[in-house]
Amino acid sequence: MCVAIPGTVISLNGTKATVDFSGNKVVAEAGLVDVSVGDKVLVHAGCIIQKMDEKLAQETIDLFKEIEDLMV
Amino acid sequence: MKITMAHGSGGESTSALIKDVFSKYFKNEILDRLEDSAVVEGTGKIAVTTDSFVVTPLVFPGGDIGRLAVCGTVNDLLMSGATPKYITCGAVLEEGLDIELLDKVIASMAETAKEAGVMVVTGDTKVIENRGAEPGLIINTSGIGFIDESKEPVGPYNLMDGDKLIITGNLGDHHAAILGCRMGIEINIKSDCAPLCEIVRRLQDNNIRVHAMRDVTRGGLGTVLNEFASASGCNIELSEEAMPVDSAVKEFCGLLGLDPMYMGNEGKAVISVHKDDAEKALLLIKNAKYGDNAAIIGEVIKNNGSDADNSVVLNTKLGGKRVVGLMYGEGLPRIC
Amino acid sequence: MIGADIKTIAEQLKNYDGEEVRIMEVCGTHTAAISENGIPSMLSPKIKLISGPGCPVCVTVTAVIDKLVELSMRDDTVVLTFGDLIRVKGSEKSLADAKADGAHVKMVYSPMETLEMAEKDPSRTYVFAAIGFETTVPVYATVLEEAINRKLDNLKLLTSIKTMPQVIRWVVNNGGGIDGFIAPGHVATITGSDIFKDLSEELGIPFVVSGFDGEQLLLTIYALIRMKGQKGIKNLYKSVVTSEGNMKAKEIVNKYFEPSDASWRGMGKIKGSGLVLKKEFEKFDAGSRDLDEDHMPAGCCCASVLVGKIKPNECPMFGKTCTPDNAHGACMVSTEGSCYNYFVSGRK
Repeated sequence: MCVAIPGTVISLNGTKATVDFSGNKVVAEAGLVDVSVGDKVLVHAGCIIQKMDEKLAQETIDLFKEIEDLMV
Repeated sequence: MKITMAHGSGGESTSALIKDVFSKYFKNEILDRLEDSAVVEGTGKIAVTTDSFVVTPLVFPGGDIGRLAVCGTVNDLLMSGATPKYITCGAVLEEGLDIELLDKVIASMAETAKEAGVMVVTGDTKVIENRGAEPGLIINTSGIGFIDESKEPVGPYNLMDGDKLIITGNLGDHHAAILGCRMGIEINIKSDCAPLCEIVRRLQDNNIRVHAMRDVTRGGLGTVLNEFASASGCNIELSEEAMPVDSAVKEFCGLLGLDPMYMGNEGKAVISVHKDDAEKALLLIKNAKYGDNAAIIGEVIKNNGSDADNSVVLNTKLGGKRVVGLMYGEGLPRIC
Repeated sequence: MIGADIKTIAEQLKNYDGEEVRIMEVCGTHTAAISENGIPSMLSPKIKLISGPGCPVCVTVTAVIDKLVELSMRDDTVVLTFGDLIRVKGSEKSLADAKADGAHVKMVYSPMETLEMAEKDPSRTYVFAAIGFETTVPVYATVLEEAINRKLDNLKLLTSIKTMPQVIRWVVNNGGGIDGFIAPGHVATITGSDIFKDLSEELGIPFVVSGFDGEQLLLTIYALIRMKGQKGIKNLYKSVVTSEGNMKAKEIVNKYFEPSDASWRGMGKIKGSGLVLKKEFEKFDAGSRDLDEDHMPAGCCCASVLVGKIKPNECPMFGKTCTPDNAHGACMVSTEGSCYNYFVSGRK
């Protein structure tokens, strides 16, 4: 369920944000998250549902840290 | 000016429309005779094909229904190893259709025919009542091409063990461009709608041992390769890594939950060639018009082992294997 | 394990020879990603992946489809829907069938589009087929808030909204022994990972919140195997999933919706497993309450598939009378459905 992918906010107009996905642009509702231009965001069904924390972006190396205690 | 029922009456308005729009662009000595049938020269083995085109919107990024109607038919002829020569144009116009738009589409059709080296030799128009939505246009094209009988025949039943499979460019562009328009997403993708004459001619002129060709239209690569595998009784192995997909198309697919393996193109072919000719063929295609992003994406395995089940298997980037089955349904976007 | 890489993990998963582990994913996009990446081919036969009730299309009862079909046949009503719901059959017809009969059905990318359409054409009522889980509900709430702001009274929702914790509990209590859950990453984006922490405590089963790329999923499966038999939670999707979730989204959902019992295709009514519009907003409801009827074709095993009692290909109809082109059960209809995914990827 719930197809959602990350894009970048390139402009804001009230609660409408234009989000770029490698050159494809979607006008998304931005009322559920406080966003600024340049933010990486997760868009689901035309709505921004979360701002992505780029520090925690899914580098596999960081994921290994999360499960370090489980590794043998 | 709009199309009215009078344009379909067979009288003065019909003649004027044909003269001002169709004949103006399609001009050639065969069509200009305006006879009941076009009489054309030809000998030997002939390939014949027909296709009807319906698309919303009529004009889209990278093309329009006119260009599409020529490319579709020309490419079908090319894939049988024929050199396309003549096409026909049957147009069903809906009442209310903007004549300026029609003019644009027919001009584009004529230009594409010229590019593909084919003549539009006969045509027909009909007008139907408006059905209450945006007025539409349906175009049917039939085509005739000639086959050089000195060459080995090509066909989906003809795949050989060890053949390399070449795709002539990026997957999914046309489908994504059209769907983007319909879903109101501003896309950075153009339809790949193009005639593949130069690509095919280069392979023929250089005596590349081509065993099968198919244009990758509706149903996408996955569907075409399944047809190849069952027609030839072979297995096909593909590499996800090698699969050329534009990053904008990839993201578009992510947005709507679609798979580029099942997305249609209108200017791409998958070609099965003898393994020793593969590198040369790839280079020839890459240097041809519309072949820039061509890639070798897999190979044909023909054996009688227990794993010979006519399946198409994709080796994923992650290191897994996935069976690529036929496409079902309409390839609708999923969302939640 | 210092210097571990994904290859080492993949090898361990391939060579795993411990006790059988049964792992369930409850998100259709996870199901699709697992197939697309060929993950089943990378696992030891002792690791079983089971697709749970995570595809909203697949769990929508026939009464909801019937209601949508009925609405779409009205002269003054247009039904808007996501693409994959269009082909699902109700007791007789799907929305696609209705459309062929002249009904007003339109496929859209975003529920937000309902607002523009309703505003432009006040002579008709625009009904959005509001199916989905926690991820999509804030979008519906936002549509309502906007509709109220713009004073639109020709916009309605036909809701069939489900919530995860209750159905996971139900699956564990009725299913075939699940050892761990791949927790749905985008549901958790809204709800926060804490709801899965609480569930883990209660059920004594581990949960790992996962993203959607192949490597993330492999790590998630690895973690769940290591955590087998213990309660606990890991969050491997920290870039968007926090422990408390999206507070703003949760607030707007609570403003417009309240918990209710919900009917799941093939599974019956599960207490508190859904959301409905609050009474005070019922003028926006196109008749969503009490849509419980569920016509399952005889022999259809969707219910057992959805709880992991059997695999899709163990259903006697699978691939025979039930195929994607002639789907009987909902799990075969949606591209997110577990039967569909088994069928097209040739999983045996």
